[in-house]
Amino acid sequence: MASQISLLMENQPGALSRVIGLFSQRGYNIDSLSVAPTQDSTLSRLTMTTSESREVIQQILKQLYKLIDVVMVQDLKASEFISLEMALIKVSNKSEVISKIEKNYSSLEFSELDNKKEKTILRLIGDTDTLETLLVELNDDLIEVTRTGALGMTLGDVSLETEEETKVIY
Amino acid sequence: MSNEEINGGDALIRALADENIDLIFGYPGGAALHIYDAIYKQNKVQHILVRHEQAAVHAADGYARATGKPGVALVTSGPGATNAITGIATAYMDSIPVVVISGQVASHLIGSDAFQETDMLGISRPIVKHSFLVQSAEEIPVVIKKAFHIATSGRPGPVVIDVPKNMTDPNYKFEYKYPKDLVMRSFPILGKGQDEKIAAAIELFRSAKKPVIYSGGGTIQADASKELTEFSKLIGCPVTNTLMGLGAFPGNDEQFIGMLGMHGTYEANMVMSEADLIFNVGARFDDRITNNPSKFGLEAKKIHIDSDPSSIDKIIGVDLAIEGDAKIVMQQLIEQVKSTGFDQSIYKDWWSKVEAWRKAHGLNHDMLQLKNEKDIILPQQVIQSLYQTTNGDAYVTSDVGQHQMFAAQYYKFKDPRKWINSGGLGTMGFGLPSAMGVKFAFPEADVACVTGEGSIQMCIQELSTCGQYGLPIKIVNLNNRALGMVKQWQDMQYGGRYSSISYEDSLPDFVKLAESFGHVGIKVEKLSELNDAMKESFAMKDKLVFLDVLVDPDEHVYPMLEAGGSMSEMRLSKDKKTF
Repeated sequence: MASQISLLMENQPGALSRVIGLFSQRGYNIDSLSVAPTQDSTLSRLTMTTSESREVIQQILKQLYKLIDVVMVQDLKASEFISLEMALIKVSNKSEVISKIEKNYSSLEFSELDNKKEKTILRLIGDTDTLETLLVELNDDLIEVTRTGALGMTLGDVSLETEEETKVIY
Repeated sequence: MSNEEINGGDALIRALADENIDLIFGYPGGAALHIYDAIYKQNKVQHILVRHEQAAVHAADGYARATGKPGVALVTSGPGATNAITGIATAYMDSIPVVVISGQVASHLIGSDAFQETDMLGISRPIVKHSFLVQSAEEIPVVIKKAFHIATSGRPGPVVIDVPKNMTDPNYKFEYKYPKDLVMRSFPILGKGQDEKIAAAIELFRSAKKPVIYSGGGTIQADASKELTEFSKLIGCPVTNTLMGLGAFPGNDEQFIGMLGMHGTYEANMVMSEADLIFNVGARFDDRITNNPSKFGLEAKKIHIDSDPSSIDKIIGVDLAIEGDAKIVMQQLIEQVKSTGFDQSIYKDWWSKVEAWRKAHGLNHDMLQLKNEKDIILPQQVIQSLYQTTNGDAYVTSDVGQHQMFAAQYYKFKDPRKWINSGGLGTMGFGLPSAMGVKFAFPEADVACVTGEGSIQMCIQELSTCGQYGLPIKIVNLNNRALGMVKQWQDMQYGGRYSSISYEDSLPDFVKLAESFGHVGIKVEKLSELNDAMKESFAMKDKLVFLDVLVDPDEHVYPMLEAGGSMSEMRLSKDKKTF
């Protein structure tokens, strides 16, 4: 399974491009990426998955933390965590697709969102690997697919939080 | 009393003055005109007009390297900004605190492909420590404050401030207030190393039989040279410096085994390959040092002190990592050694081995004694002549190529911050403009630019700037009539097929060229004339002298590590190698 990195960064123009740029600049691969503001509107939370080796992940974590706009970084795999992802799929043969899901993918949550002109949009929520296996199986049935990328959070007391602010006095 | 209301351009220059900046290097243009008007109206910040924006950044960079204070460059949008890029990348690769302020088209025009518009933040993103796009005139003072704080703290680096023209609108005024403090979220600056790691480091020295201290540019940046020297004296093992670290430990000290790496000394590279303990302070195990990382220091325990955690375990895994400020960590180490005492005699056998290596293939520092029938000058002899003439006390900047390596090998730098060269990016054209920055910082000191006839032509236009401001730099041009380092590789790897390394017969007459800018030019063709010409150049205290020295065009730089090999696999001359 791919590694998952979560980070908090300044919700500012240019911050995201620095994070993405770091990956292309240093030759790291990103499998998925998801970003949105948090309860603190000055911060965005970004989750990415990558299949790089442990050594490379350690470098990525350090390089990310070095970015001025990145406030805190977390390797989700370092403690117990949950991870899930949502996908929207558009299909024309709804009943066949639903029976495939019910038969072999009971861990996935799904619901029907819209049904116009015999084309249905289904919402699927579950872990990335299961979702990907299903999408391979459904390949011929799919008209359109969009995915959020994985989201993750560590359990219990381990949380991604900001450090105290550093005040520099001259 | 309320603060006076001023416009954004005035605020920018005043903030620089409040940051104790009295000198900036730049080149005006449309998007920066309001800022240039602000410069005109005051006298605290002097502006030096260069002839190309690349030179502005190199000059600011040279100033920063020599003084330890941040350097500042000011350029306009579009081509002004893109011309600055090579300078910024140069500073980034060597971790130099430089603040580059670039004009930008007005905010409402950004993205419209306006005249002289370029996405400076985007273009510079991979080569800056951080960058800012000014969003409102009022935030200019705080952005300036943050920029200098970021550029100079921790592992230093360049910061870009992109200023849309409307942010400096003369008609928009606001209350100026320079911040007394800053609040930065998550901006840790490392200081002390952990006590138990300090103790562990000394224990590693105690149990080692063949240790080496390997120090880099970080030691100089952290102003930790004195501490490095004191610590090295207490331990008593061989010391080597990287290209960026020369001068951190005195180059004329017996304990110094020379530079290591690609063109390091035989003894330094042998020491590195046979060491059982490699103590790295402020260096980054880069590829010019390690050669093939999978063959690097296999028998050695490794200690790495760095203020940038991402440098640790990046190329070479280490046994003991001390994250911290080199100066503070070295002070801790010194205290630890002093409190416990240290018996240097345990390295006696190691030293006899090192001395044998030094004797076998060490550099010949008396090459000026060598004579030849044709009276041809070897490039190494020019550096030795420069060293003798200046008593090893000059600031020496260089460009990139064979001359740079000869200068690094043969000018035995005694003090930090006196060897100014582009180590990481390897930027030809760096030498002359960086020498200007050094000369502005230290007008009374001897400043030499060691260059080649290839490199010097990359920023030759700055001879004009030197004339305008009366900068009596000594340009020592090792003229071998070809791109020497490329030629050396073509000799060694490409069967002597000299692809695009010569200029046919189109080299300028450098003497006349220098004279046309109002400087002095001296051409030297014979070894017997070298010393006198060198002395004559430095005797002309108020003149820039362009010393055009015709050197042996066939000389190679040795030793040289063999690509893909270990650090002990070296070519020692055209026909001698260790492997």
